[in-house]
Amino acid sequence: MTTQSVSEELLRLKNVRKYFGLPGAPWRQAQAVKAVDGVNFVVRKGETVGLVGESGSGKSTLARVATRLLDPTQGSVEIGGVDVTNVRGRKLRPVRRKIQMVFQDPQASLNPRQSVGTILSTPFRAQGIRPTRAQLVELLQQVGLSEEHLERYPHEFSGGQRQRIGIARALSVKPDLLVCDEPVSALDVSVQAQVLNLLADLRDELGLSYVLVAHDLAVVRQVTSRLAVMYLGTIVEEGPADQVYSAPAHPYTKALLSAVPVPEPGVERDRIVLTGDVPTPIAPPSGCPFRTRCYKVQDVCATVRPVLEPVHGSTEHRAACYFPEPPPPERTR
Amino acid sequence: MSSSVAAAVSPTRQALRRARKDRSARLGAVLVVLLVLVAAAAPLLVKLSGQDPYTYHLDLLDPARGNAPKGALGGVSSDHWFGVEPLTGRDLFSIVVLGLRTSLTIAIVVTLVTSVVGTLIGISAAYFGGWYDAVASRVFDFLFGFPQLVFMIALGIIVPAGFPRWLLLILVLSVFGWASLARLIRNQARSLVAREFVEAARSVGSSGWHVITRELLPNLLGPVLVIATLAIPGYIGAEAALSFLGVGVPPPTPSLGRSISDSIAWVYTGADPWFLFFPGVALFVAVLGFTLLGDGVRDAFDVRLRRTT
Repeated sequence: MTTQSVSEELLRLKNVRKYFGLPGAPWRQAQAVKAVDGVNFVVRKGETVGLVGESGSGKSTLARVATRLLDPTQGSVEIGGVDVTNVRGRKLRPVRRKIQMVFQDPQASLNPRQSVGTILSTPFRAQGIRPTRAQLVELLQQVGLSEEHLERYPHEFSGGQRQRIGIARALSVKPDLLVCDEPVSALDVSVQAQVLNLLADLRDELGLSYVLVAHDLAVVRQVTSRLAVMYLGTIVEEGPADQVYSAPAHPYTKALLSAVPVPEPGVERDRIVLTGDVPTPIAPPSGCPFRTRCYKVQDVCATVRPVLEPVHGSTEHRAACYFPEPPPPERTR
Repeated sequence: MSSSVAAAVSPTRQALRRARKDRSARLGAVLVVLLVLVAAAAPLLVKLSGQDPYTYHLDLLDPARGNAPKGALGGVSSDHWFGVEPLTGRDLFSIVVLGLRTSLTIAIVVTLVTSVVGTLIGISAAYFGGWYDAVASRVFDFLFGFPQLVFMIALGIIVPAGFPRWLLLILVLSVFGWASLARLIRNQARSLVAREFVEAARSVGSSGWHVITRELLPNLLGPVLVIATLAIPGYIGAEAALSFLGVGVPPPTPSLGRSISDSIAWVYTGADPWFLFFPGVALFVAVLGFTLLGDGVRDAFDVRLRRTT
């Protein structure tokens, strides 16, 4: 990690907020769903950043803001060191070449009326290029499919194969950064590993970087180098994946990790069961967003929202909590 | 599943293949083809029968029965295949065949116009959303709430006689017809716009035009085709109804609707029910044919029935 700390910045989100307006009469007080509420987020070349959180934590919205599919309500998006927050329409095309997205549901993300060849050539055409057949075949081979699949339609493929096609489409413009929105959550467990391995292989082959949005910590653990945990539109903890896993500092992360099953019989885990529901993002709690469900809440938590601060004596590992968990004593599993 | 499939076939082609296997759809298709042929060859057929729809044959009428046609079946003979009109003695075969031509032409032109306009407006409203969608939707509502029939009758009376009536009919039916298709397509398209493949197309930098024509339209052609085929019988009926009410195609141009309208009195008195029979059957067959075909096309594109064939 330390050797890469000065490497090129691919994506930087600065204080990004994304509010979705609720339909309502204009004379009533404007209500907004605060899907993303003040996030700073950086991805450097060579990193695989896991973005985890419950559903409704704003991770998919953040992914869409990062890929410029959604305009942020506030804050700025820098891609490849260039501020692209206000770039729109045609001018976004060069940006699209740097950052691409893999979608959650491969069934929904492939047009059922288009053959694989048409689907894969769409990105080329959007850039004003006519792809050759060889280029399309190469894309398919990159994701473990072959030339014979070019004329087929999405419904003729299995879920895993469809996701491979989705990845091939994202790769077609040779991006530096791939934002994968829950890339395997719609797939069978047996297929999940294959697709994750494919992503890892592509990273090594093409020098890709990833943002991996997921709610399944076990999935993220396999491949990520860095981890960011989201709760109610904010990042509550981030740091090198192994540090966050072995020594979570934020109570929420700790609770989340305690829910991951240990695939070893006889091993007891101390499960922290959270009570209550995630508060509504229309009116998040004052101060720390997690205080309503936190098991170590104090008065101070309701005052000012805690900011991300270094914990456990590491500059990379940061948590937004007034009472971070202490680093655990060395113990053997 | 993937490797054993012999040849890749597009979903649209599969649907059409299913439609071909459907028996009632085939009957509908046969009827439609037959009707279109008859309508297209109508002047030829009339010439073949040696008659025309304008000449009076008063000698064939029976003054004792209020000028109803002489003879059985409304005066059917080798000269007048469908008999003659009461009161005037004009050849009914010519009137029915040429009237069918008028009805079908108007119905098909109106369907084409409303389909193209409705599809474009519907898809674009769904894709662009915002104020454009809001305005478009209010226009749909306005056209739905509008008392169309009264308006059409009023218009038929106001518009100067010099203005060609068939063109007026096409215009009026189109202006009121596109909204229902546009609204259906808009709603279908909105559910498509929410699908990730539209987002995927945008994320690779596709233009709005590309998304509408390449991503959305192919997915909506099925519904459009279904709605259009099912709309044709409606427009045949609407044209007939307007002619029936006296604001359609003016005499002496033959029209099924006007003939049916004229025949009512003769059916009531029982003097000449055959005057209703021949135009009525022609209208019935036209509506039936297009409805069967439309049903078949709809079934073929319906995902829920896909596994049964």
